Amino acid sequence: MKIKTLSRSVDEYTRERSQDLQRVFHNFDPSLRPMEKAVEYQRALTAAKLEKIFARPFVGAMDGHRDGVSCMAKNPNYLKGIFSASMDGDIRLWDISSRRTVCQFPGHQGAVRGLTASTDGNVLVSCGTDCTVRLWNVPRPSLEDSSISSENFIEPSATYVWKNAFWAVDHQFEGDLFATAGAQLDIWNHNRSQPVQSFQWGTDSVISVRFNPGEPNLLATSASDRSITIYDLRLSSAARKIIMMTKTNSIAWNPMEPMNLTAANEDGSCYSFDGRKLDEAKCVHKDHVSAVMDIDFSPTGREFVTGSYDRSVRIFPYNGGHSREIYHTKRMQRVFCVKYSCDATYVISGSDDTNLRLWKAKASEQLGVILPREQKKHEYNEAVKNRYKHLSEVKRIVRHRHLPKPIYKAMGIIRTVNDSKRRKEARRKAHSAPGTVVTAPLRKRKIIKEVE
Amino acid sequence: MEISSEDNNLMEKVLPPVEQESDVELETKVKKYLRGEGANLETLKDKKLKTQLASREKLYGKSAKAAAKIEKWLLPAEAGYLETEGLEKTWRVKQTDIANEVDILSSRNQYDIVLPDFGPYKLDFTASGRHMLAGGRKGHLALLDMMNMSLIKEIQVRETVRDVAFLHNDQFFAAAQKKYAYIYGRDGTELHCLKERGPVARLRFLKNHFLLASVNMSGQLHYQDVTHGGMVASIRTGKGRTDVMEVNPYNSVVGLGHSGGTVTMWKPTSQAPLVQMQCHPGPVSSVAFHPNGHLMATSGKERKIKIWDLRKFEEVQTIHSFHAKTLSFSQKGLLAAGTGSFVQILGDSSGGSSHNYTRYMNHSMVKGYQIEKVMFRPYEDVIGIGHSMGWSSILIPGSGEPNFDSWVANPFETSKQRREKEVHSLLDKLPPETIMLDPSKIGAMRPSRRKEKPSRGEIEAEKEVAIEAAKSTELKNKTKGRNKPSKRTKKKKEMVENAKRTFPEQEHNTAIKKRRIVEDAAAELPTSLKRFARKN
Repeated sequence: MKIKTLSRSVDEYTRERSQDLQRVFHNFDPSLRPMEKAVEYQRALTAAKLEKIFARPFVGAMDGHRDGVSCMAKNPNYLKGIFSASMDGDIRLWDISSRRTVCQFPGHQGAVRGLTASTDGNVLVSCGTDCTVRLWNVPRPSLEDSSISSENFIEPSATYVWKNAFWAVDHQFEGDLFATAGAQLDIWNHNRSQPVQSFQWGTDSVISVRFNPGEPNLLATSASDRSITIYDLRLSSAARKIIMMTKTNSIAWNPMEPMNLTAANEDGSCYSFDGRKLDEAKCVHKDHVSAVMDIDFSPTGREFVTGSYDRSVRIFPYNGGHSREIYHTKRMQRVFCVKYSCDATYVISGSDDTNLRLWKAKASEQLGVILPREQKKHEYNEAVKNRYKHLSEVKRIVRHRHLPKPIYKAMGIIRTVNDSKRRKEARRKAHSAPGTVVTAPLRKRKIIKEVE
Repeated sequence: MEISSEDNNLMEKVLPPVEQESDVELETKVKKYLRGEGANLETLKDKKLKTQLASREKLYGKSAKAAAKIEKWLLPAEAGYLETEGLEKTWRVKQTDIANEVDILSSRNQYDIVLPDFGPYKLDFTASGRHMLAGGRKGHLALLDMMNMSLIKEIQVRETVRDVAFLHNDQFFAAAQKKYAYIYGRDGTELHCLKERGPVARLRFLKNHFLLASVNMSGQLHYQDVTHGGMVASIRTGKGRTDVMEVNPYNSVVGLGHSGGTVTMWKPTSQAPLVQMQCHPGPVSSVAFHPNGHLMATSGKERKIKIWDLRKFEEVQTIHSFHAKTLSFSQKGLLAAGTGSFVQILGDSSGGSSHNYTRYMNHSMVKGYQIEKVMFRPYEDVIGIGHSMGWSSILIPGSGEPNFDSWVANPFETSKQRREKEVHSLLDKLPPETIMLDPSKIGAMRPSRRKEKPSRGEIEAEKEVAIEAAKSTELKNKTKGRNKPSKRTKKKKEMVENAKRTFPEQEHNTAIKKRRIVEDAAAELPTSLKRFARKN
């Protein structure tokens, strides 16, 4: 006869000294956990609610400009630095962590319309409506800068005067060329006071320019004749051009998929294109109710941020038709420029009320150093939320966003107008011979034609 | 030489039998941790979605395999057992024999507490099995630490105590006393007097939902939320007084046994019972639920114990010539039945899907002791017996789960761990709506309710089949002038007409619909033209 009963020694199941960690034991038997589906659903609901409780995206405002902020530039070499320029010609370098001005770059006589930094972060290029392009040497960040309380003023290292006003500037990736947008597209070198190359297609002004991050000789521009053009610097003419129904205010290339670009359009939508096939948009991102003024991609390439004339900032997934986030405050006016920080943690917006605002890219993200146990908890909450996000209770909480009243009403008006158009189109199709009335899909409807 | 080398190669290719068996064993464990079959992804047309779900199924498979390997290699303790050889029988083993075989720590769990003045005693254990609550009918309440064998607190309430129950941990307990139910703190302080329930006969606590369920002397079932004190449900069972009440740990459904022989199951969001089963011809004396939720044991006054399958609501087994005043299932599925001075432990002798409960162990109390309650202690091979002269504790090898999970129930938890666990339990508190017969319905797809209408061709075919069947029916031979050829012909025609009459309802409905359309068209004409509308 053999008999064995359970016998647990206290020493084996508890810690030996008071400084030791408590011992924990695991048994993954499902019979020890009754109703685990209900518990998991309850945890998903709790995670969704806690996400809303901890959603505090606004970090702070950077005050100092005396006019509306017109453009911004990131410093690729210095994570905490960001450049901003305003309508009165003031250019500042900010420290994001302390939210103070590090130094100023006075010199422009009118609005600064374009601002960009070189890839090594040593040269800042600005241009404006005073027909000048200025190059500035960016000061080296050091520990002494934060202790100096007096203001710093820096003189431009070069000033180039040209015959027309400028609207945008962008620097080549890993090169020494920069492009300005004005009456035509001009390609400049750092050391020459004349453009080394000029492009023009059509007769209207070029209003935005952006270099491709993957292929440094490619760049995309948009013009006030509602066109988007792709130029190749190795050729002497433009490569491709499309004309849309409304003009494009800004362009951004996807840094992880450099053949794709997204255009911020005047009609409140953003259109994502494959640069090799411009006659059809890959995705239409529709949530803004007014013109989209600026766009910038996250360094991960999976999200982009847009600033709009409707005084809101939205974050879109790169392949989704609707935004996942909207940021707004009571005092923020029309947003003219937005940037994603180089570590994909923050979003910086510059608006007409002279402020730069710092937001978290994920509204309920826990900033600072996260312990491994906290990280596991966050991942678990995200997993259960994703698993049950299609159920109505969790879905309502996860998708809820507070909207300011003007945007909410404008959305209602836009929906009424679109429903009316759709009904009219349906009636016209119903009363016509089959096949005569063809409705183009939205991804093609906004593109008038493509020119090669 | 060649033959011997071939033999060596063959021997190297064949796996040893131990590894083959272990593979089969591992497959069985993996199936347990998978919690069911995987989804059928072949019907999906969205390639991206199919890829995502396939990778997720693969991840589930990996998790199940890892859990199975942990169970096989890394769990610190093994289950207890009682094995006999030759002509020995397990039911002949006595507690003195067990005491000779086990170590000192285990033999401490065999004792009798003799308290002849306040009995008979009801027992309750916490979920981790560390604390025990004893309630004597004449007003004795005692809270004990079963690990240190020490008395934490005992009070004398000097009135009838019918049942006792722990709340979510050992800090609070509830007692069903003469007029009302009371909630006490760990130090014996009376915290609440629950007057809305009336005189309570049985108390049970639903752990995941923080509901205190009770049935009173009038047969009313009450659910109260102990986190905010609100009465969630008051249900009139309509079946009279009962003191047979048990909670199914699988789905938190409350089972009541009634004097008419029925067992009903209740949830707080419904005033009608979920299930009514006629289990016994006479009164039901006790009910118990298996931890996996699919087995129920009932005992009736006609000296039978029946095992029921709760998925099909069928009787699986009947055990004769035995009547149980109290029943209890252990964590490993042993069934304890107590009546008179005798405790019998039944074990499932056929492993797997079919169930056959046979004698496993017996224990006789001292003559004259009347057993009031038997209850297995969680995570231990111990059963507690409350009887008229106090309570006892005996060893039942193989009854407890050997490995606990520190996040589910921890017998060695510190006060800090208890506080943390309390916060997490409150965050995971389930609403009463999640109590249902099948808890796996949450998060599942609802089957479509749309029935397909038969097409016109099918209706015509059915009609013809019915007419042919009517024509070919043979008529009975009638007598006394009712079997004339004219009457037979008339009867056959009537049968055919009856068969046809069930089908023209479709055409009739269609005609009604057409008439309604015409009437609508006539109503739309202006007044001066209505006289020209075509009349149908």
